[in-house]
Amino acid sequence: MPLLWLRFALGCYFIGLVYAFVALSRTSDLFSRIALHAASMGMVFHFVSLTENFMSGQVAWVSVHNGESLLAFLSMTFFMVIYAIYKTTSPGVVVFPVVFFLTFVAAVDEQPVLLTSFVSHKGWLIAHIILIFTGYAALVLSFGASLLYLIQERRLKSKKPTSLISFLPALEVIDQIGYRSLLLGFPFMTLGLLTGSVVAVTTYGHVDFLDPKILLSLLMWVVYMVMVFTRWNSGWRGRRAAFLATFAFVAALAAWAANYFSAIHRFGAS
Amino acid sequence: MRFQLIGVNHKSAPLEVRERLAIPESRLPDTCRELTAYPGIEEGMVISTCNRVEIVTHTTNGHADLRGFLHDHFHLKPEDLDAHLYEFREKDAVRHLFRVAASLDSMVVGEAQILGQVKEAYATARAVGAVRGQLDQLFSRAFAVAKRVRSETAVGSSSVSIASVAVELAKKIFGTLQGKNVFIVGAGKMSELAARHLMAHGCASIFVANRTYERAIGLAQKFDGQAIKFEDLYSTCDRADIVITSTGAPHAIFRREHGEQFLARRKNRPMFFIDIAVPRDVSQDMAKMDGIFAYDIDDLQQAVTSHVADRRKEAERAEAIIAGEVERFEARLHTLDVVPTIVSLQDHLETIRQAEIDRVRGRLGQLSPEQEIAVEALTRGIINKVMHTPITTLKSAARESEATTIVDVVRRLFNLQVKAKEAAVDRKDEVGTPQ
Repeated sequence: MPLLWLRFALGCYFIGLVYAFVALSRTSDLFSRIALHAASMGMVFHFVSLTENFMSGQVAWVSVHNGESLLAFLSMTFFMVIYAIYKTTSPGVVVFPVVFFLTFVAAVDEQPVLLTSFVSHKGWLIAHIILIFTGYAALVLSFGASLLYLIQERRLKSKKPTSLISFLPALEVIDQIGYRSLLLGFPFMTLGLLTGSVVAVTTYGHVDFLDPKILLSLLMWVVYMVMVFTRWNSGWRGRRAAFLATFAFVAALAAWAANYFSAIHRFGAS
Repeated sequence: MRFQLIGVNHKSAPLEVRERLAIPESRLPDTCRELTAYPGIEEGMVISTCNRVEIVTHTTNGHADLRGFLHDHFHLKPEDLDAHLYEFREKDAVRHLFRVAASLDSMVVGEAQILGQVKEAYATARAVGAVRGQLDQLFSRAFAVAKRVRSETAVGSSSVSIASVAVELAKKIFGTLQGKNVFIVGAGKMSELAARHLMAHGCASIFVANRTYERAIGLAQKFDGQAIKFEDLYSTCDRADIVITSTGAPHAIFRREHGEQFLARRKNRPMFFIDIAVPRDVSQDMAKMDGIFAYDIDDLQQAVTSHVADRRKEAERAEAIIAGEVERFEARLHTLDVVPTIVSLQDHLETIRQAEIDRVRGRLGQLSPEQEIAVEALTRGIINKVMHTPITTLKSAARESEATTIVDVVRRLFNLQVKAKEAAVDRKDEVGTPQ
């Protein structure tokens, strides 16, 4: 049943995905409204799916697909918060494809992949998952914002007359969206990693720093911190910030992918 | 539909003529009264702005002598005035009014002021009772059309002067201009104008630097700003988000090294340079820097040109909307024309039916409830069948121009007196004369 709801959600997000592609070439108020409604409806289905999953027992909760689904949901939540504050759907250009992809992967089939390691502190584990995914979602958004910043900067610099009519919000608004999600995401990411370590220590008695998952997670955290620092200290924007954000995003992807070959942090097949 | 409109605008008449026709606001009510007292005019109102004077009327027979009214009212000779006048009737008058209200007939197409002016003129005329039935409908529709044009096309959205383009660009960079600082380098007319626009959009404070310090002080005072010595330009410039520069310097005064300095001190917050100097004040290598957005006079001019072109395209869409609205308005008026006739036709026949039933009731004797119902159904049925074709014909005629003729014929044939309320207002003449 949760899977069915998730697939409904996927259908709704698909409209968002189409919007993302259309919005790149032209502006349509009507379409962005449709996309917004579709996305909100998708979130409702998505929420139902997540809740049912949660109700069905905590073991299923920590499967890979649920993770992806939760991440997609949190990203959508961020998107909606930004919409509420800035009244712009343009981050959707980046957020919708990512959310669609995550939901798609989560919705294709019902894999009974569970965390094979024996975990003694489920509370810590859940805290870890939610915190780190919120961090990821913020990172996705900040990455999206830095791409939009580049596009808008390019448009303004090109001085083409069309640059005035565009779906993108003002440069400083995009910048604020990116910076705020970055700032918001950092504590979540940090706490997420800490709770992760707690789980690891209580389960294995120590943290294996040479494990790819832990190495990549640390790398991602360091890049994240560098981003926050450069931004705070010297106001890095535009190309340099986008470069860093891309790097952090890739690191995050790598850290995520490491789930598939880490010895300790696995949603291994049953 | 017997609308008639006469007027002059910025295209048809030079300023000297418009000046002589302009009616001050205080005189508008009297002029409206005078207008409605003029022979052949039922309702009338006057729109008088600096770009146009228009007289809009609903007449008794569609051929009121509006030119005569203008000659009399302004004491002008026909040869001085007539060449500049345009006159529209019926549909054309409706179209013209819709275009005026939607700002398609304005000097700056899409400017929003005209709608407000028309609304004021309408309110004035209404207050003195010069606008009642038909003109009331016409103007309510015109306001709705103007609103539709504004919301469905971008005809009023893009700005058309260099100063307003600069404001729009600044908004694209900063979002809001609230709290942003402006720096004028080189006091000149154009930079002053741009600064005025920026301040009007919420910019917080202004700095002025000029080679002649006194001129800087003079300009700064105008804006409640702060004059800066030219030597201190580079050390203070980073405090501004928007720099308007128009010095007569033979070389660029803002170069890459300055840009780097500014951005470092501003923690890379972007800066917008409006460079209206020729030769340019901002060097090319500085303009290329991340975080520096420099627009020279050609860039701005290009944006203006494209805005004008955009507006023209949007104006075409607006014209299409108006054409559709004129048709709809006409159709609606015609339908209103036939509705009272249909109603009185139905009333008339119903009276006959009732009278006939009462007349034969005595001869029918006591009827059972079933028989009562049957008689009702029979008589009603006959009337409905007979009425069906005339009513359909009237309704469809409403959409065509011959409506008035057919309505007249039906009224004559059935000897109808129109009783409906709106008809009483609209057609008081016809109702008054026996048919």
